[in-house]
Amino acid sequence: MESPNVHDFYDTRALLSDEERQVQDMVRRFVDEKVLPVIAHAFEEHRFPKELIPTIAEMGLLGCNLEGYDCPGLNNVSYGLICQELERGDSGIRSFVSVQGSLCMYPIHAYGTEEQKKKWLPQMHRGRVIGCFGLTEPDGGSDPGTMKTHAKKQGGDWVINGAKMWITNGTIADIAIVWASTDEGVRGFIIEKGMPGYTSRDILRKMSLRASVTSELFFENVRVPEASRLPKAAGLGGPLSCLTQARYGITWGAIGAAEACLDEALTFTKQRVLFGRPLSHTQTIQRRLADCVRRITAAKLMSLQLGRLKDAGKLHHSQVSLAKWNNVRMGLDIARDCRDILGAGGISVECCPIRHMLNLESVITYEGTETIHELVVGREITGHPAF
Amino acid sequence: MKILALAKHVPESTTNIKVKADGSGIETVGVKFVMNPFCEFAVEEALRIREKNAAAGIEVTVLTLGPAAAADVVRTAYAMGADQGVHLCDDAFTSIDEIAAARTIAAAIKSRGFDLIIAGKHAIDYDSGQVGPALAECLGWPHVGAVVAIEWAADMKSMTVRRRIEGAEEVVNIKLPCLLTCEKGLNEARYPSLPGLMKAKKKPIETLNLAAVGVAQADIASATKMGEFAPPPPRPPGRMLKGSPEEMAKELARILREEEKLI
Repeated sequence: MESPNVHDFYDTRALLSDEERQVQDMVRRFVDEKVLPVIAHAFEEHRFPKELIPTIAEMGLLGCNLEGYDCPGLNNVSYGLICQELERGDSGIRSFVSVQGSLCMYPIHAYGTEEQKKKWLPQMHRGRVIGCFGLTEPDGGSDPGTMKTHAKKQGGDWVINGAKMWITNGTIADIAIVWASTDEGVRGFIIEKGMPGYTSRDILRKMSLRASVTSELFFENVRVPEASRLPKAAGLGGPLSCLTQARYGITWGAIGAAEACLDEALTFTKQRVLFGRPLSHTQTIQRRLADCVRRITAAKLMSLQLGRLKDAGKLHHSQVSLAKWNNVRMGLDIARDCRDILGAGGISVECCPIRHMLNLESVITYEGTETIHELVVGREITGHPAF
Repeated sequence: MKILALAKHVPESTTNIKVKADGSGIETVGVKFVMNPFCEFAVEEALRIREKNAAAGIEVTVLTLGPAAAADVVRTAYAMGADQGVHLCDDAFTSIDEIAAARTIAAAIKSRGFDLIIAGKHAIDYDSGQVGPALAECLGWPHVGAVVAIEWAADMKSMTVRRRIEGAEEVVNIKLPCLLTCEKGLNEARYPSLPGLMKAKKKPIETLNLAAVGVAQADIASATKMGEFAPPPPRPPGRMLKGSPEEMAKELARILREEEKLI
């Protein structure tokens, strides 16, 4: 029997369809050719490589798992593989695609009017309109029910006041999907750049997701017509369903980041000679590398089955929570360990583990913190919410 | 105008090539195959000509010759935007040489009315670079190899092309019908798109066997035959000289003079 492939120990590629493999290969090549050559420098410069947007859009990656409105209608496993490959490049690039597709296009697709879908989705798929998603506020994100941003009905319009924070793509976005409390509960609005009273500014000096735009949004008496409200979203279920979509992609993304780290650590330990033999010949290093392979393999199988459940329409959001918790923790632990294995060189941005490690500190916090996901699973198995 | 782009299914450049134990070829199990990068330039150029002349009704056909798995390159070309795909596939085409391949392709396309054929300068598997020029010969067409730039005449019936030669560029005027082979630098090939990939799955590929191509096996008999495949011999290990720097320098000079006869 042949030795398993280090990069795919359980041959999960064999569980994919031809089309899914083609999608993965195509995005993999894009990441190798266009993302990896620029990403370390972009991270160092605290700059989102916006110049990649046209190619990402031409490849059709934005909103790729949505049906209709010029979107390709890919299955969710393919979407997951795209996230995995993009995050092998950088969490910032995957975040951009997640936010555009899962957090902005998805709610328009799921909760919008026909006019809203026709107006925005084709343009967003082509990358000509960029979106951001405003749910988290300066005072917190884990308990969105207590949000302070509110919308008041005035005549036929809504007047929105409040602020949102930690918003990916905020200052480069042409539209913001903003969630606000109203007298009838939480409602979603499409707020366009340039609407009077709507401003944004970047959050600077981040030590994580440096190759991604993270912003604050401010709403001061922003007047929005009823036609800009997402009519089919009522209550917190609206924004939470978007997060389920994005988190699903994140479970795959973390695998890509972990693979990139392992790859670099593996190469390094084969070459670096210490006490007369390569590091990879020692027990301590082999145990650590084996642990990386163990956890990556388990995460892959988890995301793949999650994707199959999603494609079959049988996905429960707590299953996404379990995988987001498991896989991002896996990615972060592996990135940290690979950083350490690389020794002094591992602190340089020239090596990818420290970049992935810093990025994953955000990924483990955003889209539901690790603790929140543990509690979601805890509630599911006990029947008692303990938030 | 009808443009034909040739595309070959080749092992990816980063693949670790292993020779089969019996020396009959390379191990293909577990090897990832892709469209030859120079063929990507050919497909890209054909698509650009079509896009720049959207009103002209230009049709881009992609043709590959290879085993069943080679149909993948036609699908990739579809995902990039090609209109038609032809796959020449028959056991009789296995291990045919370049001239025989050119004859086969010439027979398959002779009645299809192409005005321009674009091919890669060479394929990264065997590196021979003969199929393009040989096909032009079979068709009795002129060809220009290793093209890095094309400037079309206003009537789209002729063009001025630049080809890379040692230390310079040669400028050639050529009329349709003709065959060009692409050098790196002509363009940057686009990535296939997801919607393209989805459509490609449903789009039929015209697969032609020996009989459908209309050649007799004797007509495509190969003049050359692959003898044997062998991995390059392992490099002999380096020699470490010992002693003080003076002794080592002396020994090195002696080796270079007496053994290697380099100085």
